Amino acid sequence: MKREYTFAGFGGQGILFMGQVLAHAAMFAGFETSWMPSYGPEMRGGTANCSVVISDRKVRSPLVYRPDLAVVFNNPSLQKFGPRVKPGGTVLMVADLIDGGPDRDDVAVYPVPARGIAERLGHPAAVNMVMAGALLAVDPTVTPEQFEAALRTVTPAHRLATLGANLQAIREGMGFVTARRQDRPATGGGGE
Amino acid sequence: MRELFGRPACLTDEPFLYCPGCSHGIAHRLVAEAIDRLGIRGRTVCVSSIGCSVRCWRNFDLDVVQGAHGRGLAVATGLKRAQPDKVIFTYQGDGDLAAIGMGETIHAAARGEAITVIFINNAVFGATGGQLAPTTLVGQVTSTYPGGRDPSWVGWPIRVAELLAQLPATAYIAREALTTPQRVLRARRAVQLAFEVQIKGQGFALVELLAACPPNLKLDPVQALNWVETKMIPHYPLGQLKPAKGAAR
Amino acid sequence: MQEPTRRVLMKGNEAIGEAAIRAGCRFYFGYPITPQNELLEYMASHLPAAGGVFLQSESELAGISMLYGAAAAGKRAMVSSSSPGISLMQEGISYLASAELPALIVNISRGGPGLGRIAPAQSDYLQATKGGGHGDYNILVLAPASVQEMADLTVLAFELADAYRVPAMVLGDGIVGQMMEPVALPPPVTELPPKPWAATGCEGRPRNLILSAPYTDAELVELNRRLQRKYAAIRAREQRAECVLMDDAELGIVAFGIAARLALAAADNLRERGYRVGVIRPVTLWPFPETAFRAYPAVRAYLTVEMNEGQMVQDVRLAVNGAVPVHFLGQGGGYVPPVDAIEEQALAILEGGLAR
Repeated sequence: MKREYTFAGFGGQGILFMGQVLAHAAMFAGFETSWMPSYGPEMRGGTANCSVVISDRKVRSPLVYRPDLAVVFNNPSLQKFGPRVKPGGTVLMVADLIDGGPDRDDVAVYPVPARGIAERLGHPAAVNMVMAGALLAVDPTVTPEQFEAALRTVTPAHRLATLGANLQAIREGMGFVTARRQDRPATGGGGE
Repeated sequence: MRELFGRPACLTDEPFLYCPGCSHGIAHRLVAEAIDRLGIRGRTVCVSSIGCSVRCWRNFDLDVVQGAHGRGLAVATGLKRAQPDKVIFTYQGDGDLAAIGMGETIHAAARGEAITVIFINNAVFGATGGQLAPTTLVGQVTSTYPGGRDPSWVGWPIRVAELLAQLPATAYIAREALTTPQRVLRARRAVQLAFEVQIKGQGFALVELLAACPPNLKLDPVQALNWVETKMIPHYPLGQLKPAKGAAR
Repeated sequence: MQEPTRRVLMKGNEAIGEAAIRAGCRFYFGYPITPQNELLEYMASHLPAAGGVFLQSESELAGISMLYGAAAAGKRAMVSSSSPGISLMQEGISYLASAELPALIVNISRGGPGLGRIAPAQSDYLQATKGGGHGDYNILVLAPASVQEMADLTVLAFELADAYRVPAMVLGDGIVGQMMEPVALPPPVTELPPKPWAATGCEGRPRNLILSAPYTDAELVELNRRLQRKYAAIRAREQRAECVLMDDAELGIVAFGIAARLALAAADNLRERGYRVGVIRPVTLWPFPETAFRAYPAVRAYLTVEMNEGQMVQDVRLAVNGAVPVHFLGQGGGYVPPVDAIEEQALAILEGGLAR
């Protein structure tokens, strides 16, 4: 088993954090994992992205060229990473920050109005956790419980106040996608 | 029979290999006497520098660490931070301390490292044959500026003691000369005080000793001492640039 | 699945710092430079709590000399930097080698020459493995390929440095420095080897001298002979390499550090397609693990994969000594070889009859 993820958006959207929580959850689940921030020229360009690999044996390449699943938070990220997703893979996108979608029909696409959901919750900074919830709804690699345990570990002491809002955002994201999947059961979520 | 004058315990019986009239021998002796008098030989480490005194370890019967050119005060910082209960001193010339090592010097002084610095200023690079030093006087002839130091071309001589005395973390800064018995006695007190300041944990202590380098000045030993008296001292005034706390001025 | 051992998810740079503290390092000197600042900052925030000293030096020149001083005092001590800063430290590293002082230098290298860029690179291989500064000397060079190894090889570097009284370098890059992986941290060292040679003040014993230059020409010759004997012993005993899928390999990919992880991914993919490809990963870059190559006489060609312009190729060619061709894939300046490019190059060699 090997699953590769890419998270991409603007700096400040909690992209790197979201990937770290997933990697922690994978470790807690007993998997091998790696988390790799964007590196090099892109680092200062206002965009942020990271890769996570989860595997049942030692991770070879921590660099992800063709993810099974991409979570994109803005148009440049969709343009850059949408085409790289493996055929049969998944694109989760923040629908209210992105125009259109990936120009391909061999991937499952989940547009999630995460900004609106986060704002409605009164936690506009929790867009990343709404998307994390969406991810947990379509990808069974780690359980919501493992993800939550990881979130509690990774959240720094001075931000513990955000924990409740983040947990709520995760539930909302999961709920949104689960409801849509029941409406439209045809779309696949895995990449295996 | 009572011994009135002898070799300090901190000096080996190796002869000094310095040139006739060189002040290093006197400076070595003052350092050794101070360490003896303070009874700190067993917990003192010397950091030697690069220049004529590169092999001062032959003469100091102490633990000695030989640092790279100019890096003496960084090496001493590592030694002192690693063992704050030990007494660490550097013995550095003007090229080492004030040319290539000025960065290390200023920053060690700015941090207030509890280190004693014995700074030998003879206004010239000695070991390499008489080239311009940062302390070379205006008009002074050197092998790299045979027409004499021209401030419009290579700038002015640096007054190291004054420079460091401005820094808040320096605890004791003095300048003395090794030219006459009276001055040597004053220097002797200054050197000892510079060690006492460290032992008391007061901070960075430096004694600049104006020294004679007869061969590179192309003078005989007596003429060289006169040159220090009449040329160097007017540019490098003697005394305590920054007196130590609680010590007599 | 159950968590086998207690592991934590850490960045590689932080794993070095934590492992160093556990290895008994209590003195860190450093100057900010990307991409190793996480290590500098980790030491700043964790070393004082462990009773140690963190000091930000005014330059790399000063930092390496502070290390020289702390090592001369007999302490486990380290510096870290990245390529341009390591160049500045070369004077001090040469002095450490001549004075036979054990010390750890971490180089989280970046692309060069000159200022270069902060993109990950392996362009300091030659500088690291051929001495780096002036004079006839070598330093131990260990090349971690994972966050776990960032920790493990840091501990090993301290141990070997003490055992042989040589400076040791952990040579990583921006990827292994900044990526996170689970790591089982080494247990804290409770006892450090005695260092009766240290400059601690001569109370109750003859004085100790930590000298870079002996007094006579003959003594300098003798110092060089002694260093060479020591280096010969290190070469004989301390070569380390990880050989994966090599037993029946026709093509051996040689890569170190993060490039080896990419090579392994390529080898896996090629094996799935039936090609007999393996990977030799030098863990010690100096001493170069030349004996590892002798175990695989069936190999008909090697491909070295590097994030530089081919600096390790010459060591592979010396190890192989003309028996089989040695090919190269790589580029300097921040190039990370994509797995499919490695596969493609390997396939070209395999299908070209494995000849040069």
